[in-house]
Amino acid sequence: MNRKQQEAWAPWVLMAATIIIWQIICSAFNVSEFIFPSPMRILEQTIEHSSTIAGHAWRTFWVTMVGFAIAIVVGVLLGFLIGSSRLAYAAMYPLMTAFNALPKAAFVPILVVWFGIGVGPAVLTAFLISFFPIMVNIATGLATLEPELEDVLRVLGAKRWDVLTKVGLPRSMPYFYGSLKVAITLAFVGTTVSEMTASDRGIGYLLISAGSSMQMGLAFSGLLVVGIMAMLMYELFSYVEKHTTAWAHRGSQGE
Amino acid sequence: MSDTPAATDTAFVDFRKVWLAYNEDLHAKGIFAVEDINLQVQQGEFIAIVGPSGCGKSTFMKLTTGLKRPSKGQIFVDGKPVDGPLKISGMAFQAPSLLPWRTTLDNVLLPLEIVEPHRSQFKAKRKEYEARASALLASVGLGGMEQKFPWQLSGGMQQRASICRALIHEPKMLLLDEPFGALDAFTREELWCTLRDLQAAQKFNVILVTHDLRESVFLADTVYVMSKGPGRFVVKRHIDLPRPRDLEITYTPEFTDIVHELRGHIGAMRKTGASAAISQ
Repeated sequence: MNRKQQEAWAPWVLMAATIIIWQIICSAFNVSEFIFPSPMRILEQTIEHSSTIAGHAWRTFWVTMVGFAIAIVVGVLLGFLIGSSRLAYAAMYPLMTAFNALPKAAFVPILVVWFGIGVGPAVLTAFLISFFPIMVNIATGLATLEPELEDVLRVLGAKRWDVLTKVGLPRSMPYFYGSLKVAITLAFVGTTVSEMTASDRGIGYLLISAGSSMQMGLAFSGLLVVGIMAMLMYELFSYVEKHTTAWAHRGSQGE
Repeated sequence: MSDTPAATDTAFVDFRKVWLAYNEDLHAKGIFAVEDINLQVQQGEFIAIVGPSGCGKSTFMKLTTGLKRPSKGQIFVDGKPVDGPLKISGMAFQAPSLLPWRTTLDNVLLPLEIVEPHRSQFKAKRKEYEARASALLASVGLGGMEQKFPWQLSGGMQQRASICRALIHEPKMLLLDEPFGALDAFTREELWCTLRDLQAAQKFNVILVTHDLRESVFLADTVYVMSKGPGRFVVKRHIDLPRPRDLEITYTPEFTDIVHELRGHIGAMRKTGASAAISQ
């Protein structure tokens, strides 16, 4: 087995080892399933409640996707604005940073007052938590333009818009796709956190209700499902990134 | 420098008592990046500007292309006062700065997507432009490289492509800012010859900014030596070596004499510059 294959198998081996050790510990010490369920028990519960879990998972999934879609639109627009105008950057960046430092879970009660229990707060929490990395990365990509190249184009009569569309935007694409991977995982966090207090559907709601009825296996199933969804979406954007901006991964630029 | 005023009427590039301060503050304090530049370049002339780093060579390029306006004085190019970016110029720098997501061909075509009148005809005439770009690439030894990406080319090849990009819109004036500075000695000499042949064939004006004296003497018709802080032209040296020049010429006594002479000027300038700095 060569190094590449080893790297490909490494995460699966680690995961299998973790599950096996977990199972052994639970069986050997006879840990109560109300405290810490074994992997077998979680699997049983997942299968037993699979239709319930699937319903909640679907809700969490599409709510996250809606919030994430809004985050892409807003993040790209704001990123474009602050990346292309120094004034907008100076005006907005400190405020945006301060906003980003606020815990987004703290918005949920306010959003409930405005939009009621249900989809509204969850979508908005997913959006609020995930637009920031997208915005920052678009802005960074636009702002890193070689002054020489700008001169080459400006002397030809290029307007700011030409430079942005011909050079700035393509250049920021690898940053953009990179940020999507981070943002999608954050969006799942936002949705789940919101559903925990402000929804009657979704994985977040499932976690709370399973916890309060001491169904620990089911609660762990919920965590498992969110984790899998986030990981799949991460891999999807990782794939898109590699296939759309291959030029950025050759490690030959400017060195 | 002694120039005959009569020459100014026919000059292609004509600097008349040009001063530049980077901003109002510096202007008010009387601190200028370049001072009292007078320069007349004839149509098709190849000039080189040499001098220590930070002497305002690059500023001079920005003035010539209209990217910066002089604080005092006037600049005329091709008989017209320069009052904005000058589309008849092409520029290339030490860094090739090709766009990594475009093929070599598309990189060379980039200026045509921006400069009028090509911009509005770009879609309709794409085939014709591609043929022009291919011919240009072939003329600098990059034939067959059209579909390669910049990261698949060596440093020297990237720089050739960068020069093609500067020439694709058939500018009357090519401005090069230390274009060969990052290349190894052999590649650099190869590119000297490439540039020499391009200029001989197309007869555009070249303004080459460099700190390589051999490069300036080999390529240019006239070499200007610039002093530092403030940037002034202190020496104008006409290079009367016959053309076409071969690399062999760089080993002749005539050639090395001129290089030595220029080296002497720069050495003297550095000394006075240093003592001036101490006395301040």
